[in-house]
Amino acid sequence: MSASAASLLPKETLSRLRAAAATGGTILPSSGLGAHLPGDREPLLPVRPELAGLLPAGGLRRGAVHAVHDSTALLFALVGPASAAGAWCALVGLPDAGLLAAADAGIDLTRLALVPEPGPDWPTVVAALIDALDVVVLAPPAAPPAAVPRRLAARARERGAVLVVRGDWPGAEVGLRVVRTGWEGLGNGRGRLRGCRLEVESRGRGGAARPRRTVLHLTDPAAPPPAGAGAPGRPGRGAAA
Amino acid sequence: MAEPAVRTVVVRCPDWPIAAAGYPPDVPAAVFHAGRALAVSTAGRAEGVRPGHRRREAQARCPELVVIGHDPDRDAREFEPVVAAVEALAPGVAVVEPGILALRARGPARYFGGDEPVLELLGSEVAARLRGLAGVRVGIADGLFTALVAARDCRVVPAGHSADFLAPQDVSLLTGPGVAGAGTGREALVDLLRRLGVRTLGDLVALPAADVASRFAADGTLAHRLARGLDPVPVTGRAVPVDLAVDLALDPPAAQVEAAAFATRALAESLGDRLAGHGLACTRLTVLARTENGEEHARTWRCDGTLSTAAIADRARWQLDGWLSGRSATRPSAGVVLLRLTAEEVVPHAGAQLTLWGGWDEHGERAGRGLARVQGMLGPEAVLVPVLGGGRGPRERVRLVPWQDERTAALPAQPPWPGRLPAPHPSVVLDPPRPVSVRDLAGEPVTVSERALLSGEPAVVGLDGRDLWITGWAGPWPVDTRWWDTAAAGAGGRCARLQVLVRDAGQTRSRTPEPTRSTTPEEATRALLLVSSPVGWSLEGAYD
Repeated sequence: MSASAASLLPKETLSRLRAAAATGGTILPSSGLGAHLPGDREPLLPVRPELAGLLPAGGLRRGAVHAVHDSTALLFALVGPASAAGAWCALVGLPDAGLLAAADAGIDLTRLALVPEPGPDWPTVVAALIDALDVVVLAPPAAPPAAVPRRLAARARERGAVLVVRGDWPGAEVGLRVVRTGWEGLGNGRGRLRGCRLEVESRGRGGAARPRRTVLHLTDPAAPPPAGAGAPGRPGRGAAA
Repeated sequence: MAEPAVRTVVVRCPDWPIAAAGYPPDVPAAVFHAGRALAVSTAGRAEGVRPGHRRREAQARCPELVVIGHDPDRDAREFEPVVAAVEALAPGVAVVEPGILALRARGPARYFGGDEPVLELLGSEVAARLRGLAGVRVGIADGLFTALVAARDCRVVPAGHSADFLAPQDVSLLTGPGVAGAGTGREALVDLLRRLGVRTLGDLVALPAADVASRFAADGTLAHRLARGLDPVPVTGRAVPVDLAVDLALDPPAAQVEAAAFATRALAESLGDRLAGHGLACTRLTVLARTENGEEHARTWRCDGTLSTAAIADRARWQLDGWLSGRSATRPSAGVVLLRLTAEEVVPHAGAQLTLWGGWDEHGERAGRGLARVQGMLGPEAVLVPVLGGGRGPRERVRLVPWQDERTAALPAQPPWPGRLPAPHPSVVLDPPRPVSVRDLAGEPVTVSERALLSGEPAVVGLDGRDLWITGWAGPWPVDTRWWDTAAAGAGGRCARLQVLVRDAGQTRSRTPEPTRSTTPEEATRALLLVSSPVGWSLEGAYD
């Protein structure tokens, strides 16, 4: 249900409200927050339709903290459509990020900044980026001091930025994890890698605590879809045991 | 049919190189270049020295002749005040060459009430500026060539009378300074015309244009057109050189960063206004601060041409911050008395910068300021933006440049790059690659031959002391570039890439690899990109 609503999501206020009603989420920022946001800023940044169902709000909600475990490909897939739609993004603490893959995922490299070595005072750097950008992707160089996650979350909420953290992060609205990866096109000494299928599970807080699953099919955006390559999108499995 | 020539004013200072060197016309002087006289002063001419004379010959005729070296830069530099004097009266001045300038006559003639007043006004104004150092000739006519000829006699040729005016003039005028196409070829042409009995421009015009073209080719045609009073070159105004430095004297001296920074903001605004007024954007900016005791601190900031006023002020503030509140010995001993912002390099402003960023709005401005702030915390090199370029490997194709620096790719994207791996690209790219070992089922190391053949079927990848079973692989794809450079091996040297699917050995039930199972790639957990180089295998990237 949420996935279908989220596929409508978009720029018009009407469909945004519809999506909000459909997901039952509180999308519009609560009091005190709206005042900081310019009127034309969307409270939701778009995501791929497959992922919309995994997120409580049906998109990347401004002011929310999202956690992504382990998979950089999933990270790019999550952030790509928002960047393509005009959001400014920063990757903090990801010196190994494959930027070609990021570009393929839709991330606009002209609106992407990298801070590969944020230094010992990384929470301050992240806070400064939250002030200025729409999406801040953070791979914490070290376990954060106790007060930092709360402080950054408050900052993101106040400034209307999306914080996406790689790894565990206390207080994340939703955590995404790849539970199974299938690779396509690679044989035993034959072929080449053509795509992959990530089975993604999300766990949120409160009402979204029930795990949800979906399958994300990542292929070369330029290539035609392979005819009959595997089952087209495995259905989600609902709650894992 | 001929297009109407543009009515043109020409102001020329005869023998300008002499005047530029600082010698008045009554001193016998000549400028020599490559052993021959290029320009001769009036007094020198009276002694019999002519342009084209050898130095020895010239000095034989006039022993007290002042010999001046040829310096085109000096000529142009010294002409600048003359140009400025004319520009103060009429816009759109084009410098034909040092000593000759041209402008369209229409505007000034209407403003000053006719051609004659313009002629008189420009003549007296330039003469006043030169203070007798050189003569001034002004001419107004249709087209640049006619005006140049008219300027010899300081006269106005009425509109439509160019042909009549030019007809009795000597053909040698076609080789005069400032004439389109003048040069050695033209001199030969004039010489030839003379020998053929064509002595005046009118004689040349009397010849059919087609015959001139077939006999004298392109330059003949051009000369014919000039002689008919048709101007091939329209006069276009020069770009005014802009003074792109702004100063601010601080009184009392600013000892605090805040006070200096506040002053910088106003200064940045005035520079920004000046740049915007000229439609320019700054790509290199120097901020200079000087203290009471004469200490100076200057730093040049590079940027991609989108520095806003606020960004200029920010940079000046960071610099002053580091200088005034630094702990090192470079800290100044007194307050700042002078601030100067200089735009070292400017480019035409690309409109509202929409093309550059696909919408550099308030939003992007805010992002830029935030990134600049992080640069202020960590240093300019800490905030990077990627630029995609050409190349074969995933590391070659991306170049990281500091934010606000010019975004140029390392390698051109245009040439084909055979051997490049197609998408999907690895989402993790290790730079430098991490060494790994690749072994076959028998435990022997797998190598890649000169002909890009594997010595055995890869079965195990040893990474960080752990063994990963290979369940699927493809390749190797050789890349044979810069094979002469062993140091670059891996980064672009002779290497081969291999894609493998691996399963952590710890997760398998059996310790024995089972190649038959590799046909079900669903079981694999990671896809890796390996690269072999002469020094061995390494892990270049991962796809998960």
